[in-house]
Amino acid sequence: MLNSFEKLRRSLSKTKASILGKITQVVSRRKIDDDLLDEIEQILIEADVGVKATMRLIESVRESAHANKLTEGEDIINLLQQEISKLLGRDSAEAEVVSPVKPAVWLIVGVNGVGKTTTIGKLATRFAASGQKVLIAACDTFRAAAIDQITIWAERSGVDIIKSQEGADPASVAFDAARAAKARGADLLIVDTAGRLHTKTNLMEELKKIRRVVNKALPDSPVLSKLIIDGSTGQNALNQVRVFTDAVGCDGLIITKLDGTAKGGVLLAIAEELEVPVDFIGLGESVDDLQEFNPEQFAKALFTQ
Amino acid sequence: MFDALSNRLELVFKKLRGAGRLSEKNIKDAMREVRQALLEADVNYKVARDFVKAVEAKAVGSDVLKSIEPGQQVVKIVHDELVTLLGGKAEPLAPVTKTPTVYMICGLQGSGKTTLTGKLALMNKRKSKKPLMVAADIYRPAAVKQLKVLADSIDVEHFHIEGKSPQKICQEAVKYAEKNFIDLVILDTAGRLHVDDELMKELEEIKDLVKPDELLLVADAMTGQDAVNIAKEFHDRLDITGVVLSKLDGDARGGAALSIRQVTGCPIKLASVGEKLSELEPFHPDRLASRILGMGDIVSLVEKAQDTIDMEAAEKMQKKILKAQFDFEDFLEQIQQIRKMGPLENLMGMIPGVGKAMKGISIDEKDVNRMMAIVQSMTTEERRNPRLIDGSRKKRIAVGSGNSVQTVNQLLKQFATMQKMFNNMNKMKFKGMPKGLMPF
Repeated sequence: MLNSFEKLRRSLSKTKASILGKITQVVSRRKIDDDLLDEIEQILIEADVGVKATMRLIESVRESAHANKLTEGEDIINLLQQEISKLLGRDSAEAEVVSPVKPAVWLIVGVNGVGKTTTIGKLATRFAASGQKVLIAACDTFRAAAIDQITIWAERSGVDIIKSQEGADPASVAFDAARAAKARGADLLIVDTAGRLHTKTNLMEELKKIRRVVNKALPDSPVLSKLIIDGSTGQNALNQVRVFTDAVGCDGLIITKLDGTAKGGVLLAIAEELEVPVDFIGLGESVDDLQEFNPEQFAKALFTQ
Repeated sequence: MFDALSNRLELVFKKLRGAGRLSEKNIKDAMREVRQALLEADVNYKVARDFVKAVEAKAVGSDVLKSIEPGQQVVKIVHDELVTLLGGKAEPLAPVTKTPTVYMICGLQGSGKTTLTGKLALMNKRKSKKPLMVAADIYRPAAVKQLKVLADSIDVEHFHIEGKSPQKICQEAVKYAEKNFIDLVILDTAGRLHVDDELMKELEEIKDLVKPDELLLVADAMTGQDAVNIAKEFHDRLDITGVVLSKLDGDARGGAALSIRQVTGCPIKLASVGEKLSELEPFHPDRLASRILGMGDIVSLVEKAQDTIDMEAAEKMQKKILKAQFDFEDFLEQIQQIRKMGPLENLMGMIPGVGKAMKGISIDEKDVNRMMAIVQSMTTEERRNPRLIDGSRKKRIAVGSGNSVQTVNQLLKQFATMQKMFNNMNKMKFKGMPKGLMPF
């Protein structure tokens, strides 16, 4: 617990430099007034928190400060931390793999280049290590060498993989994998899909088909869609969540690449407008850099020196 | 691509146009909304602030307030400022004249470097140059294989040395190119975070060793406020010569594009707009600005049409239309021509006004396929003279194309309407139609 918090804090230290670090600087020895709140607004927006969430955070801070007769700039830090952790509110959806009906299915979706395959490698390693029988379906039959990439990950994590050749129908691979998962008594089937921009209707249809096929092959299994979002994405992340949710549902988000500079902010923007829990956050390249998301820890990490 | 921003600005200016005269306060209100729209589009906070200030100063200070169409004037100022912000003129890549010319590609993970490498290779191959694709990503599993598959698919040579450092691979690649009459060496480096000191050093070393003619940073159009930091860091360390915006075919409002240029001073040279290797376009600031403002991108569309459409056939077609002799045969040919230009959705977005009108409506390529199936199920005679098609023929066409008779009826009706429209156009002596463009 302590270790994971330490790691989160350190990984986010650059976010901290952009959110908290700057806020600490501007609030020190100042009174709460409009100018100060304007500066904080700028800091939040520059962290991808988004106009709407920023406005709301600022308003709540303004109101709480007024209601509680707080005047010192430093008080803002506490207020903001509370508000952010309230905003992220819901407890992290327990990354439940254990389902009464085996296998559970995770459909991993997202736009191009967000790190789907890498994340699957990490997930497989993680669940396999905790004693689950994991099976991977290599349904990215489009991108060159995607199958090789996921195969290498499967080997590394010591789990089985169902694959076909490049250009094959992804839904048929999903179907085979679903059957194999059942026959082999797997606990979890992780389906890798090709990256697709959410604006491409035909590709989204293909995704729906994959989901339909899996549902059909495993009528009793829970099929959960997990959407991967690149942590450096701006407000477009909202559209991604909306459109993917419309197409195949979205039971949880996984935010990757949070070890860059501006990260995590968009998470607040998403929390402000949409009701989707965050399951995991990716903090680096190595396998154990994928961590379960805990809103309280996250808010705290943002606001710890 | 910038639809959302255009819509916002259009709303703002509709309000302005509504007001017969503009006061300073009107403009301030509008500018506040412009600023918010820009921020929502991920334009960097400071860039958005400066932009709005510049526009406001021009709008308030100029004769705008007294002009007849003040709203239009403001739109023009916003447009001009956007063009300036995006870099003024389109900047070309370094020409492939000396042998070998070296392009080095860098960027974050997943920004689209390998795809761009393939696109650049194909573009140059089509210009009869001999490119070499170099796999210098030794970290990501199967990255080398990905490049090899792409290279093979367009029949371009690729280069990699198993077990060597990226620096060595790049150096050897250039040597190999010198000996083998390669015109263009494209170095595909591994994705890295701009804060990863060690990997950034690796890029610096490669740069020193090969002295690339063009050092391109690939930037994801969906990137948020951080785009500026990323571009700045790469630029500070490597002195990049240009930026390529990728994934512009999504619906990201692309504020990143506006900021990167402003903050780094680096020109945006190319737009990478799809997963097919042929989908690479020069970046045109003026066109993009027009698109941002909802003026459409008719220039790109016309260029695309000229690239792909058989001009002679198009002229013949236009004559037919003007003589109202347009039949189903021509209709089929038109659709096939248009199809060559790329996915319909991309094309529609370029037509002025359509982007907005089509909001929420996606064109289903399947509908078009259905239409084509129906027409293809007609006999040549029926295509030339649709009036022949009676009840029993309709039934045959419906069965043949796997549709209902109603669907066939619908298409026939639409076609009749279209013919009528062409007739009217003819009467109006409509002559301003761009050559080769779809008339409906």
